[in-house]
Amino acid sequence: MRIGVITFPGTLDDVDAARAVRYAGAESVALWHADRDLEGVDAVVVPGGFSYGDYLRAGAIASIAPIMTEVVAAAGRGMPVLGICNGFQILCEAGLLPGALVRNAGLHFVCRDQRLRVETSDTAWTGDIEAGSEILVPVKNAEGRYVADAATLAELEDTGRVVFRYVGGNPNGALADIAGISSADGRVVGLMPHPEHAVDTLTGPSVDGLALFTSVLRASATT
Amino acid sequence: MARVVVDVMPKPEILDPQGQAVAGALQRMGVAGVADVRQGKHFELEVDDALDDATLHRIAGELLANPVIEDWVVSRTP
Repeated sequence: MRIGVITFPGTLDDVDAARAVRYAGAESVALWHADRDLEGVDAVVVPGGFSYGDYLRAGAIASIAPIMTEVVAAAGRGMPVLGICNGFQILCEAGLLPGALVRNAGLHFVCRDQRLRVETSDTAWTGDIEAGSEILVPVKNAEGRYVADAATLAELEDTGRVVFRYVGGNPNGALADIAGISSADGRVVGLMPHPEHAVDTLTGPSVDGLALFTSVLRASATT
Repeated sequence: MARVVVDVMPKPEILDPQGQAVAGALQRMGVAGVADVRQGKHFELEVDDALDDATLHRIAGELLANPVIEDWVVSRTP
């Protein structure tokens, strides 16, 4: 399986995302923001960082980059897409996921190891994780507070689209402790914490994050 | 050319911690009588006279503001 990892100007976590893809046993393919070509990949990771310096709003300018036109079209055909941190912000700005990420309630940049409860196995990126189990991955952002209107929140909850929830303290004031959500078809997932930083005990607090990247191998094989 | 101003503000129901931090700083400055501060963005665009209102609202609603979290006002200034 070939998984694309997009680099925008200001992306930081593309190298770790590519490493996580390789650890999972897939081939990582570097994709460039200015290209209109997904190079035939089977899935895409939109990694974290500060694309375009977070100018205007986090993720706003990246969401209309040429490569994102292709990602939106591919997601419409069911291609698995994972947005991490700034990548989650980009997917929301691009309209692939509902809601928005805004400034942390406490104003601080929060950087710590964070426990998350995985609420559903029924997505392309969490099939290898038992629903209700907890994972430990780093969180690091200043604009990670998930917000959406009441109707959107109710729909996400009612249809099992809240994928990750903060446990042991909400780092940013996100509504309903939401750390990550999915699209209606479960193929597009976005989360603020960083599973790609938790794939090797040399550098991460656990190897819990690897399960997201192995999940997509199976999700791709079954479609 | 015409000048167009777009003001973007967080929706009233969205917590604005930056505005709150400014309000807190005003208190520490010893300024009394400021009940609340909300922080937004102000854009000034130099545009062709021919640019129509529909395009201006597209600029505001699809890029300058995020309708999920922000309201905006477009005004042409003489």
